Amino acid sequence: MSEALTARTITITGHGGDQIEAYLAVPDDGAASRGSVVVIHHMPGYDSSTKEIVRKFAANGYAALMPNLYYREAPGASPDDAAATVRANGGVPDDRLVGDVAGAAEQLRALGGSNGKVGVIGYCSGGRQSFLAACSLQLDAAVDCYGAFVVKPVPDGVPLAFKPIVGMARDLSCPLLGLFGADDKMPAPDETAELSAVLDGLGKQHEFHTYDGAGHAFFSVDRVAYRPEAANDGWQKIWHFYGRYLAR
Amino acid sequence: MCTYTTEKIDIAGSGKGSEGWFALSDATVYFDHPVHAMAEHTLNIDFRNPAKGPSARVAVELTAESARALVGAIEAALAAVPTLVG
Repeated sequence: MSEALTARTITITGHGGDQIEAYLAVPDDGAASRGSVVVIHHMPGYDSSTKEIVRKFAANGYAALMPNLYYREAPGASPDDAAATVRANGGVPDDRLVGDVAGAAEQLRALGGSNGKVGVIGYCSGGRQSFLAACSLQLDAAVDCYGAFVVKPVPDGVPLAFKPIVGMARDLSCPLLGLFGADDKMPAPDETAELSAVLDGLGKQHEFHTYDGAGHAFFSVDRVAYRPEAANDGWQKIWHFYGRYLAR
Repeated sequence: MCTYTTEKIDIAGSGKGSEGWFALSDATVYFDHPVHAMAEHTLNIDFRNPAKGPSARVAVELTAESARALVGAIEAALAAVPTLVG
């Protein structure tokens, strides 16, 4: 694999027909057929470290697209300022998230070389949103990286609009890979175990891994939460999972 | 962990951001992952004026120990001038 790629900022049609910013990376490998991934950024926003993740997917043979979920509130603002604004407003509404992921998936399917298969991956708040998207849209594979509030409600006093969405599990449209930290409190291992049990009961295909010695945000290479052992193994799990469900 | 817990208060005063001074209207306070500080979690304060846009923000990320020391320093400074405040 050459790992050559082209990356750029584009405009896509998101929820409600809104034109929003998105970051696209496509392999320069000449492949006639490839899978695609919608990347959902973490709560700190549409930042350079998550754009690096988008490029990582392209370097590994997938077209990848990350919508800027905070574009409406803060067009052109720095990612941290945009994230502060959206945090103060209670987060991204669920229906808007689904519409934006749908728009991104449609954009990816229309790209030359697409095999028609689209996966989704999200980190932090994006982990919950990845599950939400996979329960709301027809997708081919979903990865939830330490998403909280899927099963448990937001604690009292937390001004976020997120509601538990475990009740949507029966509508999960694709296999789900969950990557979690044993030291995380949101989501804590008991919450992810409860989600796994619900999916077992519904016969929904899923694969969860909880890493000892890792907490929230262990994939974040630019933060002290980074845990290379967990992250490296997690990436291997992702390549295997997407290779099985998206690449062919 | 990502605590998500956010306290939001109305404030009056001014702050100096990337484009100079501006009037402040609110502050959000939360203990969560920092953007820049090299700590797992920090006490973060955003002094803001949303009416002037997302960039009208003065941000600090403090270790919990530093934040507590700051609270004490603020209380001490205000206590020293009781007739001028409140």
